[in-house]
Amino acid sequence: MNRLRLWLLAVGGAGLAALLVAACLDLPGFGGTRHPYGDRAVRASLARHTANTVSSVNFDQRAYDTLGEMSILFAAVLGCVVLLRQARDERRARPEPAEVARPVRRYALLTLPVALVTGLYVIAHGQLSPGGGFQGGVVAATALHLLYLGADYRALERVRPLGVYETTDALAVCAYLVLGLASVLAGTAFLANTLLPYGTFNTLSSGGAVPLLNAAIGMEVAAAVVVLLAHFLDQAVEIEETHGS
Amino acid sequence: MSDALIAVTLLLVAACATAAVAQRDPARQALVLSVQGVMLAVLFTVLQAPDVGLSQLAVGSALTPLLIMLCVRKTRRRGRREEDAK
Repeated sequence: MNRLRLWLLAVGGAGLAALLVAACLDLPGFGGTRHPYGDRAVRASLARHTANTVSSVNFDQRAYDTLGEMSILFAAVLGCVVLLRQARDERRARPEPAEVARPVRRYALLTLPVALVTGLYVIAHGQLSPGGGFQGGVVAATALHLLYLGADYRALERVRPLGVYETTDALAVCAYLVLGLASVLAGTAFLANTLLPYGTFNTLSSGGAVPLLNAAIGMEVAAAVVVLLAHFLDQAVEIEETHGS
Repeated sequence: MSDALIAVTLLLVAACATAAVAQRDPARQALVLSVQGVMLAVLFTVLQAPDVGLSQLAVGSALTPLLIMLCVRKTRRRGRREEDAK
């Protein structure tokens, strides 16, 4: 039986390797000068006044793909929340305030506001410079957790009402969907970026619906990461199994 | 970007990845993984993909190691409790 399984794995692996090699042989050369897809994407993004072509691809030309990615993150976090909830044979032990080394505390509390502002900046300038809702959201959410390093878990829990973040997560997903449906109601395709004026090139309000979709993703990712880390932290710090069960 | 720079960053990524696999302690592995995340972010930036580099920096070098460390802490705590109960 084990032998058979190994053979099956070997045949499958060899097939996959052969297909991958065949696909790689057809790829254009590394660092070439001809980029047909890139040229078209840049042209389309400039036509809609979006300075960051990657954001234009994510939130305009392929906004539907981003909807899928957002749903994956939402479903994954939802799954983690269900799996990591407090079970019947577990209890919550209040974490004791911990002693924090002074340099660690100073560094963490100095870095926290800088990191938080950096995250928000990256979200806000997603349509102009590299970055966007996803990157900025993760930065802002992890920045908040420097409070756990600099102070203790109780302090973090106080600035992080979990219910608010869970609601924000769901609302941001709804906002993305509503923005998509708005263009359907206006008579064009789902998530088509034709509803709003494209604005002046290289300003914060340029790109039509791109900044709005970007902000929705930023909110969704930041809230999702906070909720995810909260449940992991709860398991690591607070929740204990009760004896004799 | 010059080819030499790409080759050096590729080698650094490979070296960090090997170090992460060679390390046996999961908590230390998470730290090496974090360094490797930074190296990957540098590689993406060198290859002119700063957007992917930023994602990699945020997720690969901060979020993933943090989640691994929290999992390690949880499993260690459970192990210690079971030893106490014996």
